[in-house]
Amino acid sequence: MISIQEVNKNFGRLQALKNINLELVKGKSYALIGPNGSGKTTLIKCILGLVIAAKGKILIDGLSTAGKWQYREKIGYMPQIGRYPDNMKIGQIFEMAINIRKHPGQIDEELLSAFRLNDMYHKRMHTLSGGTRQKVSAALAFLFNPDILILDEPTAGLDPVSVELLKEKVIRCKEDGRLIMISSHIMSDLDDLASDIIYLYEGDLLYDNSIDTLKSETNESRLGKAISKFITQTHSIHD
Amino acid sequence: MLRLIKYILYDILRNRFILFYTLFLFLSTYAMFQLDSDTSKVILSMLNIVLMVVPLVSIIFTTIHFYNSYEFIEMMLAQPINRSVIFMSQYIAVSVSMSLGFFIGTGTPMLIYGIPDAGYALLLSGFMLTMVFVSMAFLASVITRDKAKAIGMALLFWFYFVLIYDALMLWIVYTFSDYPLEKPILALISANPVDLARVMLLLKLDISALMGFTGAFYRDFFGSNLGIYFAMSVLILWVVIPLWLSMRIFRKKDL
Repeated sequence: MISIQEVNKNFGRLQALKNINLELVKGKSYALIGPNGSGKTTLIKCILGLVIAAKGKILIDGLSTAGKWQYREKIGYMPQIGRYPDNMKIGQIFEMAINIRKHPGQIDEELLSAFRLNDMYHKRMHTLSGGTRQKVSAALAFLFNPDILILDEPTAGLDPVSVELLKEKVIRCKEDGRLIMISSHIMSDLDDLASDIIYLYEGDLLYDNSIDTLKSETNESRLGKAISKFITQTHSIHD
Repeated sequence: MLRLIKYILYDILRNRFILFYTLFLFLSTYAMFQLDSDTSKVILSMLNIVLMVVPLVSIIFTTIHFYNSYEFIEMMLAQPINRSVIFMSQYIAVSVSMSLGFFIGTGTPMLIYGIPDAGYALLLSGFMLTMVFVSMAFLASVITRDKAKAIGMALLFWFYFVLIYDALMLWIVYTFSDYPLEKPILALISANPVDLARVMLLLKLDISALMGFTGAFYRDFFGSNLGIYFAMSVLILWVVIPLWLSMRIFRKKDL
């Protein structure tokens, strides 16, 4: 589905992504983890074409994404910090998204009603709390039934009830056989949601395999423990 | 693209700045018609507004608007929409609303008092200057991520073309006054859209007769159809080149 081939990106002197090679397939869900500033968001933005990779190729369904835009129909993206036109109302945001996309298929308004956003249609975006903004971003990402879901720290700032609602939704999408990519720092969330781990460290891809493999390699049953063990191991080798 | 333009226009009209701009132009044009019965003098007074205020408002408003719609642009970029379409929709929406404001503001008093001879030329040069400076504002906005820097750059463009350039030109004329300068000056004028608009307009008025031999030379050139076509084409280049450059930068920009 998504094939990332030798992607490099630098911001000035800072090398944000170093020769990343990844194959992401349908029906799996990938946890994208790594310390702050390790290139997770940059990788996501490269896939979306928000950041243009300096070198390398990104293919989606076998087609190069460079300079293209049609492929974004297949992607639902939930940004880390959702930024929306300040003086628009929630209702207008959704209306505009639907209006501009002219999506031929069904519109998935499940999260809209689950998060009770329908009752807040008249609220302007600049009056919203961070959590409510996150809800808007989440509902927008799922709105057009995309084959690929990219969620950048989806649970940060959400209340526990909404986190559960979102997780259930993600799990259902995973069972539908869609490709899901989640970046997060909350390991317990990822334990429920993800089947595979992608670990980035300072722009390097250090691990790319299934969670079960990681757990058996490290002899740990919990993802959080397994990851920290893996990290201390690799870093002692690197240092 | 039309749908995008509709949303951007809606956003521009929501903050009432364009409305105030239109009202300001209307009131000042109206007042000048009230003060003077000689229409060519009215046009001459309007000239200063068109050459100073229109570029300033166009370039500053556009830069601020671009940064205010950053969120909108970000949101649209995650959707299946071509970057160039997003960019062009922004340009079209801003330039249409700015020029409509200008046309309504300066045009309505002219309709009330009867359109003077050079009225059309005034409207045309004001329109072209609006387009040119909106274009430059987009260039200033895509070059840097920082709003303050972009506004600074926009102001610099304005200062350069409205004030500094003329000072440079005077200096050149003064220093090389022993040589025949008509043709070099013509080239220099073309390198500044404000001067181009000014000359185009002044030669439509009869005062160029007061400018002696040089005035006659320019009247010969700009007064003819060829001159008008030349001036218009150069002005169009002044719109297209910054726009093209900024589009190129925007297409490769990291957001």
